[in-house]
Amino acid sequence: MKDSALLEMDVTTKDIKIAARDVQVYYGDTHAIKDVSVDIEDKTVTALIGPSGCGKSTFLRCINRMNDTIDVCRVSGDIRIDGEDIYDRKVDPVQLRAKVGMVFQKPNPFPKSIYDNVAYGPRIHGLARNKAELDEIVERALKRGAIWNEVKDRLNAPGTGLSGGQQQRLCIARAVATEPEVLLMDEPCSALDPIATAQVEELIDELRRDYSVVIVTHSMQQAARVSQRTAFFHLGNLVEFGETDKIFTSPEDPRTESYITGRIG
Amino acid sequence: MTDISSSPAAAPKRKPRQSLLTQDARTAKRNRAETRFKLYGIAAIAIGLLMLAILLVTIVSRGTGAFQQTFITLDVPLLEAKLDKNGNRNLAEIKKVSTFGYAPLMATAMEQKVAEMGFQTPLTPKEMAQMLSKDSPATLRNFVLENPDAIGTTVSFELLTNSRVDGYIKGRVTRDSIANDKNINVEQIDLVDALYGDGSLEKRFNLAFITGADASDARPEAAGIGVAMIGSLFMMLVVLALALPIGVAASIYLEEFAPKNWITDIIEVNISNLAAVPSIVFGILGLAVFINYMHLPNSAPLVGGLVLTLMTLPTIIISTRASLKSVPPSIRDAALGVGASKMQSVFHHVLPLAAPGILTGTIIGLAQALGETAPLLLIGMVGFIASNPPDSIASGLLDPNSAMPAQIYEWAKRADPAFYERAWGGIIILLVFLITMNAIAVMLRRRFERRW
Amino acid sequence: MQDHHIASAFDRDLEGVQAQIMKMGGLVEEAIRLSAQSLETRDEELAEKVRADDKAIDGLEIIINEGAARIIALRAPTAIDLRLILTVIKISANLERIGDYAKNMAKRTSVLSQMPPVNDSAGGIRRMAQTVETMLKDALDAYIQRDAELAADIIARDEDVDQMYNALFREFLTFMMEDPRNITSCMHLHFIAKNVERMGDHVTSIAEQVVYLVTGEHPDEIRTKADTTSSMLKA
Repeated sequence: MKDSALLEMDVTTKDIKIAARDVQVYYGDTHAIKDVSVDIEDKTVTALIGPSGCGKSTFLRCINRMNDTIDVCRVSGDIRIDGEDIYDRKVDPVQLRAKVGMVFQKPNPFPKSIYDNVAYGPRIHGLARNKAELDEIVERALKRGAIWNEVKDRLNAPGTGLSGGQQQRLCIARAVATEPEVLLMDEPCSALDPIATAQVEELIDELRRDYSVVIVTHSMQQAARVSQRTAFFHLGNLVEFGETDKIFTSPEDPRTESYITGRIG
Repeated sequence: MTDISSSPAAAPKRKPRQSLLTQDARTAKRNRAETRFKLYGIAAIAIGLLMLAILLVTIVSRGTGAFQQTFITLDVPLLEAKLDKNGNRNLAEIKKVSTFGYAPLMATAMEQKVAEMGFQTPLTPKEMAQMLSKDSPATLRNFVLENPDAIGTTVSFELLTNSRVDGYIKGRVTRDSIANDKNINVEQIDLVDALYGDGSLEKRFNLAFITGADASDARPEAAGIGVAMIGSLFMMLVVLALALPIGVAASIYLEEFAPKNWITDIIEVNISNLAAVPSIVFGILGLAVFINYMHLPNSAPLVGGLVLTLMTLPTIIISTRASLKSVPPSIRDAALGVGASKMQSVFHHVLPLAAPGILTGTIIGLAQALGETAPLLLIGMVGFIASNPPDSIASGLLDPNSAMPAQIYEWAKRADPAFYERAWGGIIILLVFLITMNAIAVMLRRRFERRW
Repeated sequence: MQDHHIASAFDRDLEGVQAQIMKMGGLVEEAIRLSAQSLETRDEELAEKVRADDKAIDGLEIIINEGAARIIALRAPTAIDLRLILTVIKISANLERIGDYAKNMAKRTSVLSQMPPVNDSAGGIRRMAQTVETMLKDALDAYIQRDAELAADIIARDEDVDQMYNALFREFLTFMMEDPRNITSCMHLHFIAKNVERMGDHVTSIAEQVVYLVTGEHPDEIRTKADTTSSMLKA
């Protein structure tokens, strides 16, 4: 019994990468996120599940301060990455977003070449001193995005000419090109067919070796397949947070059980 | 349990099944109504096309005449005695001979011509020379000043005839209409016929109409739209240089950076209103601010350009905003997600995608500005007789000039029917410009439109 | 938590499978009772009936397994639904084994009825079988009511069954030592008693499954193994 436990990566305790305490988010007068406190671990995939409108995407967007672009949105509470409060006045959201990458629901490559798509981030953050270094960064990112073999011969082809699954992997490659520490994914597979979905999920499984991945998903099966920790949101509250297998075999809160077994939603 | 499971108490009685192959009354009635509507649409388009056809036919038929002008081929002896008395070929001395001095040469040339033809006429040589345009002595003089060595030889010239002769050849002037006309008489008409039969007189394409300067009332045959075109060109350059950057910058700020509060709303509403303001109001504004207050030179294309800039700005701002709005927010999100600042995402991603729309809007705005007359009236660019094309950019901007629509208006006002014909010709040229600019806009849009 | 799934077909599937389980349980209860009765009354015909009826029990197990597999494939059950399906599968396996033991009892009854009876051992066996039958009925009730306490109680009662078996084992040893002519019938009776004791174990397994279903955790304490016959040296 003991030996098998040592073999599994998951059992070892991981560092806390993102610590949220008493986070509240208001959209105008609507209280969208209520008193959410959660610890998200490094080198782990954490899934946020819940019915529509429960606030999971909103919470995700707080982590890279994308909610700043929405005027009516107010965020209060404490969110720390590696112990630093990301809502501190001294923090530049632009710099934060190089450290916290994001992949969106609908694949949205820039209407530029594949190379330029991936190179844009490193360029504006000055991560490469010359073309050779930039080439290297692009190649490494595309390899990590599991799409290098398919596009290495046509790096100058437009990014929008790829299939849906390839575009999403390109977007993932673009997100990892800036060497982030956290990867946020907002329903990354919802626009993809089952095979492309499986490829992206496989990719996420590989990515968790290097990044802390937080994924919002509507599909509970996907959350079960891909994540090690799951957080269930309901009407803006964090109802339950724990190990994925426990949540899906015997959750503690009846609301969680109702949602997972398809009794509410 | 959901409501889906509740079953109806009893199934509704079914009507006997109607064949799909026959139309029921409702469908037939609806189809008839739709056919009627389509016919109304076609009728409306037909009326529009008819109007357009009438317009085009009228313009072309009336205006093409302006592109042709009657010329007479004449051998003019450049008598040394008259032109260079001392025989030194000294330019300064030759310059002293004014156009008056050249007039007798032409009379002599006409006399010779008539004698060659063997045509009997009671006209004196001076009267014969009246047939020629009052511009011709100047043409001779310019030639001599450029080629002083030609003095003493006989050179063949193609000279403009005066507008009455021209009108006669074109059919505007008939023997009956000249009854009270002081500028031409029957004998001259006879002479014209004879020369025409001889082949010395003919109607030809007149490049000077397109390139030349406007002319005084007395010489409509020499009037050209060229200088006005340059005036329009300079104005358009001013508009392009000012309206495009200001308009695009304002639009980007309003669309991307401005906070959404009541101040921004007021600004946006007012910009839309400005687009609807009558153009003459801008003329008054230009008069008050640029000419009276800033003391910029009257009738200058710079001032015209400034006024038209004000007029075109709302159009450019509105079309730029529409282009920016049409860029999907997913592109902005993607750029922000990668760690670009707002300004980087706008300039690196949004603007290139919005560029075709912005360009099209600008060209359409320019085309509109090109055809505006009312504001130019008030700042004095109407009908200024610009006799010389500008010699430098500075003079092009600051010297008084005219613009094409204003020039057309001025010609239409003048009494001489020769000018009237030129007005139509000017309209044709203006329309050619506008169509070209719109075609460029369409082509640019097609070429640069990218899919995302 | 609401009782019903949003997808009512899911509920119908689950109800269908659970109805099969109850049916199977009823058949098995009857098999236990009839086989014990046939032993006591030495009724060969009844024994024959029990053996024939076992087919129905086996058939139901196959149906239940197929139904459960279908639900897993189509509905991807999680949490309590998952535990329910796992419970259903295990209960049906246990019930099928109990049914087999009953059939085996009936088979030996046919043989025994041709031999002279041995004391009151049949009565002892009947009493054991009755206890097991009651335990099974309670286990199925606990399953339907989702009653973990009742299930825990059943797990405790298995000790009684084990004690009864120990007593019977000693009794058979005594009979066999007294009169060697009893050896054959005592051997058969012993196997029968063993079968009933195994039935009790399977019922206990059903009860443990019910505890897992309700609480999500397997019963902590190791089931008390009161059967000491494996280490018995002499009667």
